[in-house]
Parts: sequence; structure tokens; C-alpha cells
Amino acid sequence: MAAHLKKRVYEEFSKVSQQVTLEEVPSKKLRLTKPSKSAALHIDLCKATNPTDALQYLLSFARKPVEAESVEGVVRILLEHYYKESDNSVRLKIASLLGLLSKTQGFASDCIVDDAINTLNTEKSHQVLAQLLDTLLIIGTQLPDKTAVIQRLIDVACKHLSSTYFGVRNKCLQLLGCLGTVDKPLSKETDTGAGAGAQTSAVRDVLSLISDYFQDQDPRVRTAAIKAMLQLHERGMKIQQTIYNQACKLLSDDYEQVRSAAVQMVWVLSQLYPESIVPIPSSNEEIRLVDDSFGKICHMVSDGSWVVRVQAAKLLGSMHQVSPHFLEQTLDKKLMSDLRRKRTAHERAKELYASGEFSSGRRWADDAPKEKVDTSGVNLIDSGACGAFVHGLEDEMYEVRIAAVEALCSLAQSSRSFAEKCLDFLVDMFNDEIEEVRLQSIHVLRQISTHITLREDQLDTVLAVLEDSSRDIREALHELLCYTNVSTKECIQLALLELLKNLSKYPTDRNSVWKCLKFLGARHPTLVLPIVPELLSTHPYFDTPEPDMDDPAYIAVLVLVFNAAQSCPTMPALFSDHTFRHYAYLRDSLSHLVPHLRLPGRKQTASSGVEASGVGSGSLESAKNFLQDSLVRVSALQNLETPGAQDLLEFTIRDLLRLGELQTELAGSADFCATYLRCQLLLTKALQEKLWTMAVPLCLKQNAKVSTATRQILDETYKLEFLYSGLETQQIATIHNVRLQAKALQLILTARSKRGVDRVLGVCEKFLQDVESFQRLFMTELPHFQDSFVEKLLELMPRLTACKPLDLVKILQTTLRQSRCIHLKLPEQIHRASATIIEPTGESDNPLRFTSGLVVALDIDATLEHVQDPQTTVKVQVLYPDGQSHIIHPKPGDFRTPGPGRVRLITQVYLSHSAWTEPCQIEVRLLLAYSSSSSKLSSSKPAWNESMDGLPTSESSIEGTIHLSKPVKVFIMPKPARR
Amino acid sequence: MPDIKVTPLGAGQDVGRSCILVSIGGKNIMLDCGMHMGFNDDRRFPDFSYITQNGRLTEFLDCVIISHFHLDHCGALPYMSEMVGYDGPIYMTHPTKAICPILLEDFRKITVDKKGETNFFTSQMIKDCMKKVVPLNLHQTVQVDDELEIKAYYAGHVLGAAMVQIKVGSESVVYTGDYNMTPDRHLGAAWIDKCRPDILISESTYATTIRDSKRCRERDFLKKVHETVERGGKVLIPVFALGRAQELCILLETFWERMNLKAPIYFSTGLTEKANHYYKLFITWTNQKIRKTFVQRNMFEFKHIKAFDRSYADNPGPMVVFATPGMLHAGQSLQIFKKWAGNEKNMVIMPGYCVQGTVGHKILNGQKKLEMEGRATLDVKLQVEYMSFSAHADAKGIMQLIRMAEPRNMLLVHGEAKKMEFLKDKIEQEFSISCFMPANGETTTIVTNPSVPVDISLNLLKREMALGGPLPDAKKPRTMHGTLIMKDNSLRLVSPEQALKELGLNEHQLRFTCRVQLHDPHSDTDTLSRIYTHLKSVLKSYSIQHVPDGTVIVESIVIKVTSSAEEPNLKVILLSWSYQDEELGSFLSTLLKKGLPS
Repeated sequence: MAAHLKKRVYEEFSKVSQQVTLEEVPSKKLRLTKPSKSAALHIDLCKATNPTDALQYLLSFARKPVEAESVEGVVRILLEHYYKESDNSVRLKIASLLGLLSKTQGFASDCIVDDAINTLNTEKSHQVLAQLLDTLLIIGTQLPDKTAVIQRLIDVACKHLSSTYFGVRNKCLQLLGCLGTVDKPLSKETDTGAGAGAQTSAVRDVLSLISDYFQDQDPRVRTAAIKAMLQLHERGMKIQQTIYNQACKLLSDDYEQVRSAAVQMVWVLSQLYPESIVPIPSSNEEIRLVDDSFGKICHMVSDGSWVVRVQAAKLLGSMHQVSPHFLEQTLDKKLMSDLRRKRTAHERAKELYASGEFSSGRRWADDAPKEKVDTSGVNLIDSGACGAFVHGLEDEMYEVRIAAVEALCSLAQSSRSFAEKCLDFLVDMFNDEIEEVRLQSIHVLRQISTHITLREDQLDTVLAVLEDSSRDIREALHELLCYTNVSTKECIQLALLELLKNLSKYPTDRNSVWKCLKFLGARHPTLVLPIVPELLSTHPYFDTPEPDMDDPAYIAVLVLVFNAAQSCPTMPALFSDHTFRHYAYLRDSLSHLVPHLRLPGRKQTASSGVEASGVGSGSLESAKNFLQDSLVRVSALQNLETPGAQDLLEFTIRDLLRLGELQTELAGSADFCATYLRCQLLLTKALQEKLWTMAVPLCLKQNAKVSTATRQILDETYKLEFLYSGLETQQIATIHNVRLQAKALQLILTARSKRGVDRVLGVCEKFLQDVESFQRLFMTELPHFQDSFVEKLLELMPRLTACKPLDLVKILQTTLRQSRCIHLKLPEQIHRASATIIEPTGESDNPLRFTSGLVVALDIDATLEHVQDPQTTVKVQVLYPDGQSHIIHPKPGDFRTPGPGRVRLITQVYLSHSAWTEPCQIEVRLLLAYSSSSSKLSSSKPAWNESMDGLPTSESSIEGTIHLSKPVKVFIMPKPARR
Repeated sequence: MPDIKVTPLGAGQDVGRSCILVSIGGKNIMLDCGMHMGFNDDRRFPDFSYITQNGRLTEFLDCVIISHFHLDHCGALPYMSEMVGYDGPIYMTHPTKAICPILLEDFRKITVDKKGETNFFTSQMIKDCMKKVVPLNLHQTVQVDDELEIKAYYAGHVLGAAMVQIKVGSESVVYTGDYNMTPDRHLGAAWIDKCRPDILISESTYATTIRDSKRCRERDFLKKVHETVERGGKVLIPVFALGRAQELCILLETFWERMNLKAPIYFSTGLTEKANHYYKLFITWTNQKIRKTFVQRNMFEFKHIKAFDRSYADNPGPMVVFATPGMLHAGQSLQIFKKWAGNEKNMVIMPGYCVQGTVGHKILNGQKKLEMEGRATLDVKLQVEYMSFSAHADAKGIMQLIRMAEPRNMLLVHGEAKKMEFLKDKIEQEFSISCFMPANGETTTIVTNPSVPVDISLNLLKREMALGGPLPDAKKPRTMHGTLIMKDNSLRLVSPEQALKELGLNEHQLRFTCRVQLHDPHSDTDTLSRIYTHLKSVLKSYSIQHVPDGTVIVESIVIKVTSSAEEPNLKVILLSWSYQDEELGSFLSTLLKKGLPS
């Protein structure tokens, strides 16, 4: 009861009568578990003779964490000192500590609400008041569902809103924003509670209360008011349209933070009430609110502060409902009619300005004043949307430019005509001085490229960027060209020419350039057709020399032509003989770039083509059916130990692998199934070994075979789990089931081969833990596991935990043999993570020489596909000839994402070694790191203080790596340093 | 009424020899002191005899401010300070101070050594003049004297260009010099805060132009240069040594690097190398990109641009030459132009504005035959291109600046009269502020309404606060009662009691008395009680007493009712109130005049 008594004392001290409700608060349990903390604090504070000392104690106290149980005690002590303390800074610190403490997990903060509110009533210092309100805010956010408490807090906030200190008003508004409710208007008591406050009007809701402070004299309070309003909006309250005018006025505030918040406010309103009609000032016409606000936000793109400019430019991108003619004005700087005029005499206005009243600055003296135009219509500044993007794209700060480019992108995606209009501007951005902006505009152009066709002059500008020395830019541009439509055959020629130039200048771009030409050809067969003879340099009468087949440039041309020929059957007639030969060669060596062609008069190619096309193009469905059929066939097998069953499995695995090769869309699924089946096969085979019937001493030799099999199964299960994306819980559970089986097998083997119960005991315990964690993770999936190993195991679980290790082994052995294999159900789409190292190619015969002991940097360029979270999982492994291996973690910045599901890793690996006498090859490969604790089910990291008992403990998590790519050999030669 | 006077000595409805006199709050300031490119006689300098006929200028001017280093803004400075005579402070930014003497020396050399003029300022005079310069930092407020303060803002345009705010008390003037609202390859955009000056003096070179996006211009420029070079032609780009030249250099340099071009780019020597040196040093005055990347590579260290030698002009093959001066009126650019003008493969690109009377202006206007000195004529066959790279704000930029600064009045200088007229109309219409465009020597007077600061006694303030609404609102004026004491050159607002006490005066009571005649058939006492109930119902929150001696007292207002014997129905109501209750008293009298409710 001590705490209770203490509380009473405080109440009397503060001379505020408390309601009886306090007694009912259930959390008033007497807990003196850790008296040390509060007691120590108490003693410290008592010792403090002057405020500085007390502050020091509090500061050092604040650094240490406090357990949930002792929080309440500490709070009491703090409050006690709060009342005694006369120094403002100490009280301030105590107030802030209260807020901190009430954030502690597991502490019911509602019990200190009353105290905090009481202290508010007696507090004189403004700063401390503000801090106390902040504390209340923290408490309030902790208790979102206690309406009574919230209501009290809101009342307090309303009461203090009339404070003369800006900080207090700020905090009050913040509190209202975070906790206020709109559905319930503030009751009458609020107003009487507000005392002599001027508000005698009957019912006021939070919104109008907050909007009163839009005109506060302090800019910080104005900002806080807008932010509170935005906060209310975020919490799902409906904001009235009536504040639109106020918000618009705030756009011309003197302070940038107010303007910045106001821009957001206007944007929010435009999203809420896009279709309502607002009047245009100084005229009797009206426009849609979204158009009006669009014009206003456009205006902010030329604001004095770049923070506001960035914000305005960003928000513009999300205003999709705006009318098209307003949208198009944003790109037109010369059109200077105001909104009104634009609506009434759109065409006339356009003519007026097209007649050249304002000069473009391109020709001398074209700005000599001509006859005066109707000046009432010409409006240089208040024309809203006019030229907003032109300004944004020319801005001094690249942040603004990037924001503008992004906004352009998102607006262009929703409007085709706008996309065409903004094309010139985006193309111009390719010349920006900052690479980031250039890159961004290339990306944006790619994203909207479905809407547009490039003209020759535009293409010219675009292609000029191909000479850029930055690899990122070039590749982004290749990517862009893949998706671009061009208008004339000259464009194709131009593009080819520039790409070839690029190829000769930067040979490393080979793959990217070829791929680019593949799409270019496939997109424009009719444009390629007339230039084929020229491209292949054929002549109607004369034979021309056969080009060199290894020339990347020639291959590039062929890729273009062949891809065009795919949908243009007349084209092959123009080919010369060697072209057909080259086709056959390339079709085989670069099959991903060269499509199948129906070539006339080439029987054998044609027939193989039919076969290929049977699987290749038209029949994704049939391939899918085939996959399903094979799975059904396998699932029909009841017992894998029957003689024919294993053969069937083997054939199915072979079929599936082949299917994966033929049908790239299904490669992931097919591989996945094949691997799974292989696991089953291995397991069955392992179980069929004779060793189970043999006496223990005899089985050592056999043992080796089985234990390799088990290890293989384990490896494969990790691959299954982590290498494939798109898996669902059920599949993961199935994989885990197989893994458990493998582990059981391993356990049995250990038990049979090892003497001594102790070691087995440990393994047994571990195994049981695994089973438990399986149960925990896949509780919902258990119905699918009838008759399976796991199910049987779980049934036996009570017995297992009780019995001795040797009994356990016996039980496991029988269960293993009895259990049925689970049949795999395929999810929609499975992708196998894969990686290819493009560079180093491993073909070089020239060793990389460097002085031993020093480092040499090896450039690595690889593409990753379908790798989840590559920044953390992908590693580079370097294997030296002496068996040493290094694992290198690439920097997050080395990963680029050129497209969905694809990641490009361009990094440098530092090598070093002591001197060798001969050049030797090292192996470089990519690894996928995994840890079972971060498996897909528990991928969210637990907070540090969350209890760990619900999750698999760290020791049971297994960390490992999977080979992600083929190794590449690099010739290196460390030389001894010369003395 | 206090006023601000602005008199342009140069640049009034004209471009060239900027020189503007401002008188504000009893201070006289000269803004810029430039020369005119188009003249070679006395007209090239401002007419300083306007200020004083004879003698030195020191006693008439409080300070001189130079906005940037272009000669049309600082060319007459040594003449003014050393030959006419001025010893006061001259303010300019650090880069301007560094580069200005180089340009002045170059100018002097051309005029004295080449043209053989006498009676011109000497090198020593330039040095002496520079000794009087006080450097300014951006956004630094400098007190010229106790009352006059000036502050510089970034103006873009050229390295070190500044806009200046001049402030005396609460009156202020902003002079923009030349400025640019769109950033370019090496400089940022002009910026000013909402300083709400009384007058904004703005340049208006491009008053009627709204320029295309600068990117189009850049692309066009590069394309033209590239085409000519590929054709084997020579490109002459006349520039002023500093400013545009550096921007174009950066542009061409990066282009050359990107396109891997081999044709040489030359830059006329001497002056430029020194100037480029300063560009490397004053990195903080450049744009975001250059500021951020100079650690890796200073953009002003050019790889492809080499120094020019006179003999190179005759070399065969393509080349690009930057040569000074920019308007082809003299010097190296004119020499090269003469050499190359005959070949139609060549090209001259005029990247900026050309003053009337210069060769540049003539060829841009399409003259094919030029008269040279010594009666020789020159056929112009080469292509003449104009690329507006001039870093002046266009019409929209000027409007943007006005919106940023929110001035009360606008004054346009540094532009052609006709174009100014157009812009003036626009400004007056858009912002509804008055706009002026004085010619040279014409004075514009603007009446200001400066705020007078008054000390208010704290007691009075607190009393007012206690009386009135919830919070003081800074944006709403409020009336209050108080006594203004003007004593010992200071103004104080105190409560009347305190004022009386301080001045040793007795308080006089001032009462107003008013008679209201009313037809009322009741007796006097009844009438009075009816008045009492009436007032009670109207004035709910006031204290109203019915005193037994036949009076009603509302706050301090006394109401009595009398009637004469002959006309008992005509009641005369006597109202008497003190001066302090004037408001309530007049309200009551009008209320009672309306009569009582029956």
C-alpha cells in the first residue's frame, strides 16, 4: 500500500481533489521488485544541493534503461522531486524523463496521467509547461483506445492553447493533431474548462479550433497548426473544405516552413475535394478545386526557398485529376494568359503568343516591341501553372530538378498527350550537368516510352548520350532504346550507327548493345526491311566478302536484322548464303538474342524449327500441362520403394530439367520440382540401403554413402528454401519436412556410428527443438501433412521428449520408413535466383600482375536475377589456388537495379597474396548467404527488447552460403617486391 | 513627408554607364559608376557635374556601391574617385574587388596605348582607387555610418555580382545591378528575401523577352559550333573576358570531352588567365555543381582550352576562339573578325547584348558592308549567329524577383525605353504598385511612410493586454489610449496618469452634457424608471443603478429627467458623461433620441 499512500500525499500536496476513479485503476499493484533503482535515484536527488547537481544526476540516470516493473516507483520519486524543485531546468528535465519513462514497454502509463495534468495546473514556467505537454502527448499516443484519458488530454490542450508562449501553443496543437477527434465535437465542459477564454460559442470542433491558429503571430505556431491538421488527416479524419482559402493564403507566408506545410495542406485538400468548384478571385468565374490548387502549387515551384520548391515539384506529380489543359500549360512558358482568359478564349490566346510577342532569345532583335497587344490578357506572373516544369527543370538545385523530372514522369504516365509534350524537355535533361539528373531522366523516359515515338532530332540528342563515359548512363540508355519507338528508317540507321560507335569505344558494353538491338529490330521490322541490303552490305550482282563472324559489330547488325526478320517473312530473301550460315551459328551460340526464323528452302532448319517452336513460342500452356502431368504422375506413387517408382522419378527429374531449359518461363518451377524430387529420391535410396539391417560394426563403410546422401539432401533443401522466390508457406513447410527427415537420418547414423550417449543426447535435443520450431512455424499448414513424417513425429512428441536417446533413434527409424512422401503443390510463379558474372570473362591469357603483399583491384560485373534483398545476401567469394578463400561483402551502393527482378552488381574486389613463382588462376564466384533464422517467415527482425522465446533461438539458426554463379577463373601473378 | 530621390546619371532608359544617385533619409549614395561602350568622347562617363560643378564629390556622397565588375558598371570608377575626386568608401564584393582592377587596366591599355588618348586615368589611379574599396560579403550587413546600412545578396549574372539593399531607419532601397534568375553552367540564380523595400531599382535589359529553356539554347549553341567545326570552319565567339566566357568555356569543354573532338579551342590570353585564376579561387560564388565537385576537379581547370596567340588566327583548319571584347568594338575580337569575315565557312556567334554603335550591333542587324577606319570597307560573308547567353533576367525573371522582394515601388533602369514601357505597364497591372522609368538626369521622388518607433511603458502595455481579446495579433492594428511624450529626442507612450505626474500637471475633468427631448405622458419618476428598465434590457453587461435621488447611473454616466410645468409631456433628459466614456455616452444619447419603447 505504500505506493497508494504516497499517491494520497501528492494529491493533498497539489491540493487538487481527485476523482474516485483512481482507486479503480487495476494496475495499482504493489511491486517492490527492484527498489534499488528508484531508491538510488531518490538518494541521489536528495543529496543534490544545488540544481546543477540534480540536473547532473538526472542526466546520468536518463542514460540507463529502466525495467518496466520499477518504472512506476521511479516516476513517483521524480514527481516528488518535481514538486519540491524550484529550478526550471531541473523540472524540465524531470518532465522530459517522465515522457521517456512512459514509453517503456509494459508500463501502463495511464496511471501517471493525473499527476502530469496536476503538475500542469501548478506550473508557471512556459518551457516546463511545453515539456509537460510533450510528456502528455507521449502518454496519449501510448493509450490510443482510452477515450476518457484522451478526452481529458484534449481538454487540457484546449485550455493551454491561449498561452502566450509559442512552445506551449505548439505542443497543444501537436497534441490536438495527434489525439483530437472530429466525430465528437468538443463538449461544453471544454469551453467552461477553458475558463475565461473568449470562446463562448457553443460547440467547437478540433478542426476549427486548429484552423484559428493558422493566423497566429508566430510562424512556428502556424506551422504546428498546419501540421496538426495534416496529422488529423493522416489519422483518417475528414478535413473541411472551408480551410482551403486559409491554406492558400498561407502559401505566401514569409516563413519557409509555413509555406512548406501549407503546400502539403493545399495538396491534401485538392486530393480530398478535387471536383468542388471554387471562384477565381477578381472575376466571377469558377474552376475545379484541383485545377486551382494545381495552379497554386505550380506557382510554388518558383518559390524563394528550395525546400519548398522540392516539395511543390514532388507533389505536382501526384495530382492526376488535374485537367489536361492546365497540365499542358506547365510546359509552356510563353503562354501567359491567366486562367480566366485561357478558359474563355483559349485559341485566340494561343495565336496571340504564337505571333511572337515575346522573343525566344534565339534570334537577334526579334524582341523589338511590335504593336501593343491587349494587355488585359497578358499576365506575366499570376498565370498559375504556366511554365512550372520549365522552371523546375532549370532550377539551380539538382534536388528540385530531380523532383520535377519524377513528377513529369508520373504525370506523363497518366496522360498520353502530356507525355508527348514533355518529351522535348526530358530529352533536354539528358544534357544536365549532374549525372544523377541525367540518369533519372533517362529512366523516366524509359518508363513513359510506351506513350511516345521519338523523332529524328530527338533521337539524335538521345543518342549523343551514348558517348557518355559513365557506364550507368550508357546502360540506362540501352535500356531506354529497348523500349523506344522510332519513326523513320533513318532513325534506325542512326541508332545502329551510334550503337556501333559505342561498341567500338566501350567494348564492355557488348551484351547490353546486342540486347538493345534485338529489341530495336523486333520492334521495327518494317523500318529495318528497306535498309537490310545496306546493313548486310549485299549487292544485287556482285558477291561481297564474307564478314568476320567474330566481329562484335557484325554480330550486332545480324542481331538487329534477324530480330526484324522474325516478323517480316520477306526479309530472308535478301540474305546472302553466308548470312544463313551465320544465322545457324548465332542461333546456337546466342540463342537468347537470335530468334527462330522460318527460313525458306532450308528443310532441316525448318523441321527443327517446328519442333522448337512447338515448345518455344506458342505453347506455354502445354508446357504447363506437361509439368502438372509429371507431378500428378509422381504423386500417384504411393510407395517409392517399389522398383519401378525410382525409375519413374529419375525420368521425371530428367524431363523436368529439360523442360526448364526449353521453356524459360517455367524454368524456376521445373527446377524447383526436379530438385525436390531428387531429394525424395535420395532419401528413398538412403533408406533402402542395407545398412539398417546390418549389425552396427559392419556398417561403417556403407555409412559413408548414406551420410553423403543426407548431407546432399540438406544442402538441396537449403537451396530449395532460399534460392527460389515466390514460394508460399506450404512449400516451405514441405521443404522443412524433408529437411527434418534428412536430419533424422543423420541422427540415426550418428547414433549408430558413435559410441557414448552424451554426444547423441545433444544431437537428440537439437532435433527435438527443430521439430518444435517446425510445429510453431507451420501450425496452420499441418492439415496438409497427413501421414507425413512430421505429422507422425508430432503425434509421438510427448513420448519422444520423455524417452531415452536410443529409443528415440529407434522410433525415428521406423517412422522414417513408414512415412509417405509429401507431394508438392506448385505455386503460381517460382523464380530461381541466378547470377552471371559478365566480367572478368575468364578468357584472358595475360595474368594480372601486381606486387605481392599489396592489393590489386579486380573489377567484377555481374547480373543477378530474382535475388531477394541482394544488398545483404549476395557475397563475392575468391578462391586462391592454395585453398584459401575470402568472402567479400559488396557495398550496398554497388548494386543497381536496371529493371524489375534484375540487379546489376558492379564492384571491385581487392586481391592480395604473397609471391608466387608462376601465374595461377584464382576463382571468383558469387554466393548467396542465408541463415535459417531469417527465413521468410520470421524475416522481420525482432526488436531488441522483445522476448526471444517465441522465436527459434539463435543457436538453432544455420548460417550458410549457396553458390549462385559459375566460378570464373582469373589469371593472377603476384610478383615479389623489388628491393 | 520624408521621401527617397532617385536620379540616374547613366542607364536611365539606356544600357551602359550605369550610375544611379539615391538620396534616402538624408544620405546620398551612388550605385555603380560605369562607362558607355558606344561612345569614345565625354559621353562615355556619367556626368558628375550634376552632383557638383566644381570641387570634390566626397562631401556630397556618403558611399559608392559597385554591383559587379562589368565595365558598364565600374568603368568610370577611377575617373570619378581620382580625377573628379572622391575619398569616401567604395563597396563591392570580394570577387568584384579582385577582378575589377584587371578589367580597368585592360580598358585603360586599349584606350591610352592603342588609341593614344590622353587625359585618361593611369595605372596608379586604378591602384589608388582600389585602396578605397571596402569588401562586402553576401548577406553581411555593413554599417556605413550610424544610420546607413547596406547588405549584399547573390545576383548570379557574373562571378561576384550582387544586389544591394540600402537601408536608413525603416526606409530601404534595393538595387539589383545586373542579375539572372535562371542558373547557368557556372553560376546560381539570384535570390533575395522578402525585404519589402520602398523602391526596387531593377535592370530591364530583357524587358520584353521571355526566353526558352536554357537547355535548348545550350544545345543549339553546341550544335552550331559542332557543325561549323566539322565543316572545317572557324568559330569566333566574342565575349567579355569574364562572365559568359567562363560559362561557354565550361559548356564547350564538357562537350569536347564527351564528343571526343580534336579541334583546338583558344582563349585570348593575358587577361583571361588571370581571370580564370580568380574563378578557381571564388568557388563559393559559383553554382551547386561546381561547388560540390571542385574537390575532385576544379571545373575551371580546362583541359581542351588553350591560350591564344595572335599568329594562330591564320592557321588552317577548324578552331574555336573566344576573344574579347564582346561587342566587337575594339581589341582582339575585332582583329580576328576582320581576318575571318571574308570566308563564308566561318561563323561568329554573338552570345550577348550589343550596344548601338558597335560592330556587333551592326552585323547582327544584317549589315553586309562595314566601314572601317581609314575609309576601308569590309565585306561580311561569314555566318552571324546570335545566341542569347546574356545572363540577364528576362521579363518573367524580373517579375519573379518583384514577387520575391515585394517592393512598394518599382524603378526600371538599364534598358531601352520602349521595352521598359511595356514592362512598366505589366508591373503596374500585376502588382498594382507604381513603377518609374526616369531618363538620365531626371529625378524620381517617392514619398515614403516610415514607421516611427516609440517606447511604450510596460504598465500601459500590460493594462491594454488585460483589457483586450485573447492574444495580441501582430498583423492587426489596435487602438489604445495613451499619452505621447516627445522629450529629449525620444518618443514615449505612457499612460495619461503617468504623463500628468511627469509633467507636474493637474488632471482636468472634461464632462459632456447633453439634453434629449422626449415626449412621454408619464410622470418624471415613471419616465426615469422606464428609462432604467429600457437601458437594463439593452445594456446587459453594464452596471446600471437607479439611485433614489432621481438619477440613473450607467457606469459613470448620469441620467436625469426633468420637465417644465407648461409642457408636462415634454421630458428633457439630461445626460452627462466624462471624456473617458465618450463612446458609451454618445451611444446612450442616440439610443434615447430614438425614444423609449412603449
